[in-house]
Amino acid sequence: MNLKPTRLRMCGNWVLDRFPLAQVWNEHMAHYYAPKNFNFWYFFGSLALLVLVNQFVTGILLTMNYKPDAKFAFDSVEYIMRDVNWGWLVRYMHSTGASAFFIVVYLHMFRGLLYGSFKQPRELIWIFGMLLFVALMAEAFMGYLLPWGQMSYWGAQVIISLFSAIPVIGDDLALWIRGDYVISDATLNRFFAFHVIAVPLVLVLLVFMHIVALHEVGSNNPDGIDIKKSKDPWGHPVDGIPFHPYYTVKDVVGVAVFLIFFATIIFYMPEMGGYFLEHANFIPADPMKTPEHIAPVWYFTPFYSILRAIPDKFAGVIGMGGSIVVLFLLPWLDRGKVKSIRYRGGIYKKALMLFVVSFIALGYLGTQPVTPLATIMARIFTAYYFGFFLLMPIYTRWEKLKPVPSHLTTQPTLEERIPDMIAVFNEVIETKSVTTEEGTTELKKHFNPTGAKNVLIRTAKNLKESLD
Amino acid sequence: MKKLLSLFLLVLSVNVFASGGVQLQDADIDLTDKVSLQRGAKSFVTYCLGCHSAKQIRYLRVANDLGLDEKHVLDDIAPEGAGIYDQLHSAMNKHDAEKWFGTQPPDLSLIARSRGADWLYSYLKGFYVDKARPFGVNNAIFEDVGMPNPLWQLQGEQKPVFVNDGERRVLDKLVSASAGTQSPEEFDKTVNDLVNFLVYVGEPVQLERQKMGKYVLFFLFVFLAIAYLLKKEYWKDVH
Amino acid sequence: MINESVDKSKRQFLTTALTVVGAVGTGYLAVPFLSQMQPSVKAMAAGAPVEVDISKIEAGQLIRVAWRGKPVWVLQRTPEVLATLTTLDNQLSDPQSNQSSQPNSSKNPARSMKPEIFVAVGLCTHLGCSPTFRPEVAPHDLGADWKGGFFCPCHGSWFDLAGRVYKGVPAPTNLEVPPYRYITDTQIIIGEEEKAA
Repeated sequence: MNLKPTRLRMCGNWVLDRFPLAQVWNEHMAHYYAPKNFNFWYFFGSLALLVLVNQFVTGILLTMNYKPDAKFAFDSVEYIMRDVNWGWLVRYMHSTGASAFFIVVYLHMFRGLLYGSFKQPRELIWIFGMLLFVALMAEAFMGYLLPWGQMSYWGAQVIISLFSAIPVIGDDLALWIRGDYVISDATLNRFFAFHVIAVPLVLVLLVFMHIVALHEVGSNNPDGIDIKKSKDPWGHPVDGIPFHPYYTVKDVVGVAVFLIFFATIIFYMPEMGGYFLEHANFIPADPMKTPEHIAPVWYFTPFYSILRAIPDKFAGVIGMGGSIVVLFLLPWLDRGKVKSIRYRGGIYKKALMLFVVSFIALGYLGTQPVTPLATIMARIFTAYYFGFFLLMPIYTRWEKLKPVPSHLTTQPTLEERIPDMIAVFNEVIETKSVTTEEGTTELKKHFNPTGAKNVLIRTAKNLKESLD
Repeated sequence: MKKLLSLFLLVLSVNVFASGGVQLQDADIDLTDKVSLQRGAKSFVTYCLGCHSAKQIRYLRVANDLGLDEKHVLDDIAPEGAGIYDQLHSAMNKHDAEKWFGTQPPDLSLIARSRGADWLYSYLKGFYVDKARPFGVNNAIFEDVGMPNPLWQLQGEQKPVFVNDGERRVLDKLVSASAGTQSPEEFDKTVNDLVNFLVYVGEPVQLERQKMGKYVLFFLFVFLAIAYLLKKEYWKDVH
Repeated sequence: MINESVDKSKRQFLTTALTVVGAVGTGYLAVPFLSQMQPSVKAMAAGAPVEVDISKIEAGQLIRVAWRGKPVWVLQRTPEVLATLTTLDNQLSDPQSNQSSQPNSSKNPARSMKPEIFVAVGLCTHLGCSPTFRPEVAPHDLGADWKGGFFCPCHGSWFDLAGRVYKGVPAPTNLEVPPYRYITDTQIIIGEEEKAA
């Protein structure tokens, strides 16, 4: 293209002479070299950023009509849902966005566990990420009080009471947080201030630091190999590609898929069966009456389960806090010599798989009422949760590592896997031509038990192999 | 490992709704059935609005969504003196309510979202004669509820049948003791229409959002297709 | 690293297509986001038409009613006032109300449906202050030229008792007359226009 020095261009140059926009763009997008083998797990960082923007925009719009007053809060939410033009859409985008945020962030963190993204030299990225996670939990917790429904009220009551378990200062601390003897208008008002101003500022600052730290040392990848070790004559990593345009176009695909799920929830199941919007929260807060069964929103339930599993108030609080603190220590607990799970020993693979099982199980148990059996289960899984982290310095030392290649490997892409998937499908669902009574032949599909058995056995074998 | 898994499955199988001997009946909810919603609105104002409000919704919204003109809603459905912009307020004041019922009857705007349609349907059909209660009735779904049966003239009276489950006496079923002005089928329909209306009131935008969802998803799939092609095109460079 | 065989035009086409579709999507999303700042149903309910009983208004008296949260004046004008109004045309900037806002039924020199009853939104067309009602002629503070009218204290705009703006003051047009109609001879409703016959 032949660009003439038009007036617009001169204006642009005037700005660029005074502000390093091009430099920032190049440093973080066009000349930021990322490993070329990012897979499915690498979508969730950019998606987290997208959800953050969604929460900001819809949050600002909600603030225009929401009233942080115990007398009006509940009705003002319903006012948004009914009387404000499109208020329902904005509100559902915000409430679904809250849950989506945690889904995306949990998957993002799991990616770190898979490929050792927290390991040297990326410890600080992990620490900033964990601080983000804590800030996000605070943001979500305080935001959940604002609709002022029964679950908002009693959930906040329970969680703030946790602070009173701290010896000596506990009761005074809980009182100070609430600003009253129970959760009240004062609490609502200050939570509103934190939710819409203080914590979002912290989040933005931490996101900035998270990304700056990442771009300083460069992205990890599914092979856990440092791509900076082999460079081409121009000084670019041989296994790297510029983030823009390659990963921007790829992330847009991820965004589109994410938005399809997001929109499906917003338009067809905004309550998500009582997990995203709890049924009891459609009853206004009543300080005189606790709902029969109270559970936090799903994203807090694993930690809530740990709290309930421990039969002592103070120890429970320590356990719950500890379950988050151990995550911070991860870079120093893991003594494994390689980053990616692809080249790690079977013991880490098995440990990680069981950790995922116990995390999900704790999450599920946290949504259920307490029964003696459930408590025993929760204790087993809690023990496992801590075992995974605290025993890590021991078991990661015995790992039998696999040889790490010097260059990035290529894995089959989704498209390349489609023929295999079709083959498996055909093995399970047989198609036979059947001659009907009228003499015509029809193709009929039916379930093939032996095929299904073979597929299951093969899958189990593959799983076992991959865990070695 | 296996033990863990089987234990886990055991926990899963423990049903949350294990309490109560009476099963909930299925309400037939169809928000596109405007006639049913109109009948439900009329029943709501006649039988419920005396004590319960539905203050989150306005007559104007009911008129628009149910395909009625404003005058018809004011003349035929709303109580006398109500304006089209008014919310569905109850005529009963707080003080009287506490004197008569010991508590304030809850607002019903969101009752369908907190309780569910099937619960409401079963509850409204679940009143039975119990002389020990202040209003002479008890409920199979909500034991010792402090609410009389507003629909008893339509339904007639029901008597409980108890069975012994070990030590406990458990409500097994309800049988009709006296006929009401409506046949059982008519009454089921009346209650169903009423519940249908309450589901609508719980979230008036439901139909609209589902209709809109189709277009949004169609758009997003188009967007995805183009994005995917673009990605493929660029990634030809990467070997 | 870039292949020789790159089809630049295809890339350009797909990039443009994606940008356009994305922009359309963002545009559609902006509609609900912007229109949620429009008046809600509650605001419309508060802005519903109001009925005013005018039988109790004495000659020369002005009452104020709220419509859409704005002050609306209802003034009972005396025959003397109406007589004065006809003499002011050359001092006014828009005596025939050609540039001003009023329903057709009030587009006449007295700017009302019935000459004696004057209805107007009591907000100055300059910057929205509410002018004061000064019916007296030639008061001490406003000077000898004052024939009775509305005086805006914020920036000194003058209006006559038909809400018509004088020349040489900041306000650009006459006071706005809201839509209103007579239900009976003694009752008007503000916010609803006379139905076209």
